[in-house]
Amino acid sequence: MSVIIILISASLLIALGFLIAFIWSVKTNQYEDDYTPSVRMLFENDTKQIPDEEEKQQPNT
Amino acid sequence: MIKEPNSLLLCYHCGEPCETETIRINDKAFCCQGCKTVYEILNKVELCDYYSLDKAPGLTQRKPVRPDKFAFLDDKDLQGKLINFKDGHQSHASFYLPQMHCSSCIWLLEHLGRVDSHIVRSQVNFLKKEVSVVFDHEHCSLRKVAELLTMIGYEPHFSLHNLAAKPSATYDKSRIYKIGITGFCFGNIMLLSFPEYFSLGNMTESNLQKLFSFLILLLSLPVFFYGASDFFISAWKGIRQRILNIDAPIALAILITFGRSLYEILSHSGAGYMDSMSGIVFFMLLGRFFQDKTYNTMAFNRDYTSYFPLGVTVLEEGGRERQIPVSELKTGHRMKVHSGEIIPADCILFLGKGMIDYSFVSGEAMPVEKHIGEIIYAGGKQMGGALELEVVKDVSQSYLTQLWNNDAFSNDEEKSTSYIHALSRYFTLILFSVATAAAFYWQMHDPSRVWGAVTAVLIVACPCALLLSATFTNGNMLRILQKYGFYARHASVIEQIPRADTIVFDKTGTITLQRGKSSIIYTGKPLPAEAQQMIRSLAGQSGHPLSKAIIQSLPFSKMLPVKHYKEIPGHGLKGYILDREVMMGSADFVQDKKNTSMPGSHVYVKIDGEIAGYYSIGTSYREGLSGLLKKLRSKYRIALLSGDNNSEYNRLKSWFNEGLLFGQSPQDKLDYIHSLQQDGHKVIMIGDGLNDAGALKQSDVGIAVSDNVNNFSPACDVIMKGESLGYLDTLLAYCKKNRQIINLSFVISIIYNLIGLYFAVRGELRPVIAAILMPISSVSIVLFTTGMSSLFAMKLKKTASTLQKHSKTDKDHTSD
Repeated sequence: MSVIIILISASLLIALGFLIAFIWSVKTNQYEDDYTPSVRMLFENDTKQIPDEEEKQQPNT
Repeated sequence: MIKEPNSLLLCYHCGEPCETETIRINDKAFCCQGCKTVYEILNKVELCDYYSLDKAPGLTQRKPVRPDKFAFLDDKDLQGKLINFKDGHQSHASFYLPQMHCSSCIWLLEHLGRVDSHIVRSQVNFLKKEVSVVFDHEHCSLRKVAELLTMIGYEPHFSLHNLAAKPSATYDKSRIYKIGITGFCFGNIMLLSFPEYFSLGNMTESNLQKLFSFLILLLSLPVFFYGASDFFISAWKGIRQRILNIDAPIALAILITFGRSLYEILSHSGAGYMDSMSGIVFFMLLGRFFQDKTYNTMAFNRDYTSYFPLGVTVLEEGGRERQIPVSELKTGHRMKVHSGEIIPADCILFLGKGMIDYSFVSGEAMPVEKHIGEIIYAGGKQMGGALELEVVKDVSQSYLTQLWNNDAFSNDEEKSTSYIHALSRYFTLILFSVATAAAFYWQMHDPSRVWGAVTAVLIVACPCALLLSATFTNGNMLRILQKYGFYARHASVIEQIPRADTIVFDKTGTITLQRGKSSIIYTGKPLPAEAQQMIRSLAGQSGHPLSKAIIQSLPFSKMLPVKHYKEIPGHGLKGYILDREVMMGSADFVQDKKNTSMPGSHVYVKIDGEIAGYYSIGTSYREGLSGLLKKLRSKYRIALLSGDNNSEYNRLKSWFNEGLLFGQSPQDKLDYIHSLQQDGHKVIMIGDGLNDAGALKQSDVGIAVSDNVNNFSPACDVIMKGESLGYLDTLLAYCKKNRQIINLSFVISIIYNLIGLYFAVRGELRPVIAAILMPISSVSIVLFTTGMSSLFAMKLKKTASTLQKHSKTDKDHTSD
């Protein structure tokens, strides 16, 4: 039955991880504005790159 | 040549028709230089994607902003208040941009860094219409950012209100943390209690049992000390003020449950009720959050400071202009006010011609002309050219702002406490008598069980079900009402509404349509398109509000040149267009002998010496108004308070059954409400402007009507969309159901309590019974209250949809 102790502590740790993730998301204002990010998400790829940003990206590729 | 409307050239930037075809870049036409400038700026920094996201997303730039408008932002004190955060290189500030309206706006405003490289980052909160900007303050300044925003068409709005302490979000956040942590503990305690439930107290391995109860104890600590702290604090506050609120018995139940469980776990005599306790705390926190989650994008506490500008231009001796914050404005200052600006203090007109729009302050529909030497009261908006004024009273002592010194504004407390507190008092009383009875009984029969029975009674009979039913009913009703354009500030408003027996309406802007949008009806010979164009051109020469209203009513066409233009104030206009004489004005001006009607209400048109007809300007009331008032008349006393003149008296007389008062000052309105309350009436005030602010505050329920809920509205309990006014009676009736639902769900919770009490008084309340009863009662109450409030909303839906079918003019610009 001692395996239960390991299982319990593992499950508690995972749950604690989610709790910390939740607190972090509240702390970083992720629930403040639930509309703008949904629009912002649609922009990023279809904008023209600023020239010097393109230059920065070239060495990587 | 007159162009058909569909072949009109539309501005590439703002989508408005272009009057000339000369302002253009390549194939793109612009209505004005301003729009062209914005395009040029965006084109230069390759931000023209702005135009591909939405068609013609800009706003017309026809009204240029004067260059030194934001000079007041150079003031160090003001900067300190407007900048949220500042370090060695960067400053963080947020700007309120009321013009923000589409996804293109978001895109452009988040790419400000390309327009000015000193702007490090900009992020939009669309719902709040705010952009927070991080900029390098060594190369850029608050003023420069404001000017940049203005240049690309988003003029930031600053008001005195910005300077007041910002509402802190920390309170809300701690609430969310509490829910999260309590939920986490509740779930895990439940999980760890399962062996206890199934084996019903006969755990085989004592080591495991010890570990489990230790973990449960550990997990219950944050629930008791952190999660439930609000209940203890509120109960303590209540007791110190000698009020027994609903939190007192709840806090007692939590305390006793925790204490008994702690004893049982530490003495190994039982498993405790930590699972039930954390569950109750979790559900109650959830209920409170659900009820109090108000609309953070709306402001219910605005006063005059929200409307007044932050900075004013003061003329120093020698004619030098200087920008000072409005708070430093003193009696005797010489002030310059430009077109479209609000006058922040009572003053005497010194230079220029005043055309003051008082509609927001007094409810007068038409702007008032002011001449040199006359007094102009604070709150008016100058519609004509620039003025020079001498301040005669300080900002806070002005005719309008004095209102806020009234007692009605000094008490910010809740107008009344919720009736569930009173109900909980009876509940507590019954609870204590049951507990005492049980104690006596066991004292006689088996003294060893007294302690167990009494604590069990107090655990079971916690009035948390009452709290749950109230919070979930209110929360759900607030949400349903919100769908119909009725935004209540707080749940207590819903409980206040059924008590009211008198409704007082304001006129301008409340029962009539938006200010400045009076209905224009043309009577006479049909006008050909050419004549319409001529009338439009002539009216375009004049700044008179009636001319502006006529222009708005005519289809768009190009302005024709007017020769020998003459305006006779108070009478009419005259000019030659395409060598034809056109006259517009009062009956005696156009020398019409047949009609001798009241001046001001009719504008006659005379072309080539022949009278074509006249425009009549009337007030247009909101749709469905007479039907609404008829329905309300049978249930309420309804009165009208107007700041306007009594020209509409005859029409309005039949609609109201109480008082019909005209020419009321803001203070008169407040006093009227107060006198009604003195007679023992509960009053709902429905208004819209600053002139109603006192009455809204004094009334038991103040409802502000607004055609755009994100616009400014004075301090009130409810903000209501203008188009919802038509079914106000149904909304009010719906609020009355609130109490019915709470009472019914209370009966249900009492049944659960009785079952629990049955076990408790016998001293047999095992953790598993408590653990089953608690979630079942909580969940069923939540389902019942939300279900019932949605069911009652069916009628609301029906009325609203039939009314909306009637009015096809439902133009809702707000984003949903």
